Amino acid sequence: MNAADRAHDARRRRRLVTPEGVPLDIVLATRGARLMALVLDYTIIFFSMILVFVVLLVTGVNLDAIEDNGVGEFLFVLFIVLMFLLFNGYFIAFEMGPRGATLGKRMVGIRVAARPQGQSGERLTAEAIIARNLLRQIEIFLPLTFFQSIGAGGSAWIAGSLWFAVFMLFPFFNKDALRAGDVVAGTWVVEAPRRKLAEALSLGQAQATSAEPAYRFGDEELSVYGEYELQSLERVLRDGDDKTLAAVHEAIVRKIGWQAGSGDEREFLEAFYTALRARLEGGMRFGQRKADKFSEVDRSGTRLR
Amino acid sequence: MKAPSIRNPFAAKPLPEQPDIEAAALRSDRFRIEREGDWRRLEQIVRRLERGAFGRLSDEDIADLPVLYRQAASSLAVARETSLDAATLRFLEDLVQRAWYQVYGPRSGMFRWLARFLRGGWSRAVRAIWLDIVIAFAAMAAGIAAGWLLVARNVDWYYALVPGAMASGRVPGASRAELAQTLAIESSSNGLSGFAAYLFYNNATVCILVFALGFAFGVPTVLMLIYNMAMLGAMAWLFNSVGLLPEFMAWLCVHGTTEFTAILLSGAAGVHVGRNMAFPGDSSILGATAQAGRRAALVMLGCVIMLVFAAVLEAFPRQLAGFEARLIIGIFMGLVWLSLFVLVGRKSADGDAA
Repeated sequence: MNAADRAHDARRRRRLVTPEGVPLDIVLATRGARLMALVLDYTIIFFSMILVFVVLLVTGVNLDAIEDNGVGEFLFVLFIVLMFLLFNGYFIAFEMGPRGATLGKRMVGIRVAARPQGQSGERLTAEAIIARNLLRQIEIFLPLTFFQSIGAGGSAWIAGSLWFAVFMLFPFFNKDALRAGDVVAGTWVVEAPRRKLAEALSLGQAQATSAEPAYRFGDEELSVYGEYELQSLERVLRDGDDKTLAAVHEAIVRKIGWQAGSGDEREFLEAFYTALRARLEGGMRFGQRKADKFSEVDRSGTRLR
Repeated sequence: MKAPSIRNPFAAKPLPEQPDIEAAALRSDRFRIEREGDWRRLEQIVRRLERGAFGRLSDEDIADLPVLYRQAASSLAVARETSLDAATLRFLEDLVQRAWYQVYGPRSGMFRWLARFLRGGWSRAVRAIWLDIVIAFAAMAAGIAAGWLLVARNVDWYYALVPGAMASGRVPGASRAELAQTLAIESSSNGLSGFAAYLFYNNATVCILVFALGFAFGVPTVLMLIYNMAMLGAMAWLFNSVGLLPEFMAWLCVHGTTEFTAILLSGAAGVHVGRNMAFPGDSSILGATAQAGRRAALVMLGCVIMLVFAAVLEAFPRQLAGFEARLIIGIFMGLVWLSLFVLVGRKSADGDAA
């Protein structure tokens, strides 16, 4: 991850405090992901509409010629109600569910959440979801009615495009990427977290070292690196790419002035990782943190961020 | 030498056996091993909740959820200060977030929420925006008066205010008999329920639009109310000019007391949002808007329900019933709505505030 990526990520990060007083970092969904979700959702709606038509056709119902008998009329009523529910109820019903996301949002891994007013996190309520989805009427459907007049000539379609553009570009003009519906409902769209717990790296190594320590590192060797390097090392070890391991091993050996460990890079790096973590965590308990290799140890005990 | 101990974290496998606490050299690893079982259990419960498999959870799981959530949250707080194991930290961050969404998510299912909504939440929301109802009512009254007066001065205004499709024979210069014909009783109910469904779709869309336009500080909402009511005022003038005003009122009143109340409420909801955006008072603009928007959304959901009634009334009694029956049904419906908004949900303000 390069510096530009990290800066971009930091811009999308927001902090809220749970009622237990634990600060949580949530990440806003990108505008691209939201657009993708919207497209997916309307594709789903569109295909369900087609499905309804096909089912009607297969069962031999002709929508044009049903005004005459009672059954046909009932089907017509059902059809209109279904359309209304599809266009207005789809988003509301899915976002009220436990995952707070429509099918499209689930696919791209985002969800709706209540925007905290102030600092503490809020409960996502049904009325917020209703409000944010009713606004779709002016964001999407109203300009579509302008477009209907394209064939008839006139300038209504220009007004329609302008209108459409205003609401589509709305998320680009505020820092939380809110659309009009989010403003009115007090919601925002965030990335839905779902990460599995990975194995602890230091555990396998700990068993090895307790039996027969292959490498011992002194204070001098360990004091050159900080938390940033530790996390990079963890990533490299988890990826497990041999070439990268060799390159990292070489860089570390050069830095600390050792000759050992070539041909046995993984073992060496795991031992180094464990030793470095032990040292840095030991420092943390005394309120001393070292952000990266360039920084001095911070003795103030304040949190790094 | 031991084989590399790293394993593929994405491979599907049963819960890994707990490593021996004694084997852990680092304090942060011991911390993790001690609590890992609880974290995984919480993750399992949360995953089931997210899937909506609420019924598959045992009572024990549900009872433990808040406890496990608080434990994980405190683990996270501790781990942030003592551990540099990035994988554990990220997992905990995600786990606490997911659990937070479930523990502090929507509290009840949709049906229970709807029941509470009908038993008082709706009425309270309507009462909470009384000032905006007054404003919307004033706009509508002004619209009717404007329509009537404009046409009374110059009949050409009628064609400007009432689109041709709506008029269908109700034009100035039509004879009394022709106008009476447009109010006449239909002989059969064929096709009327389809007509009702269409009316519902159309009116509901218009109502949602009137509300959503409140986003522009409520100005377009007020304009739309005035324009639509001007149309009504013009028609009322037309029927009055041939002495059919009472019949026209009765014809309108069947569904009108419901439909116009719904339009009034959605207009008021739009004005409420717009007014709070323009004058947020002590809170921030975004905060005030969000609060107003949520309150207005409750009113709007009620409007959609009212419009179902309105469409049915418009299709059947308006076309099938006579003068007195129309008047009685209309006034009765008006009283029903009025008493619903004024009387229901007065006592219990228990939690589901508007």
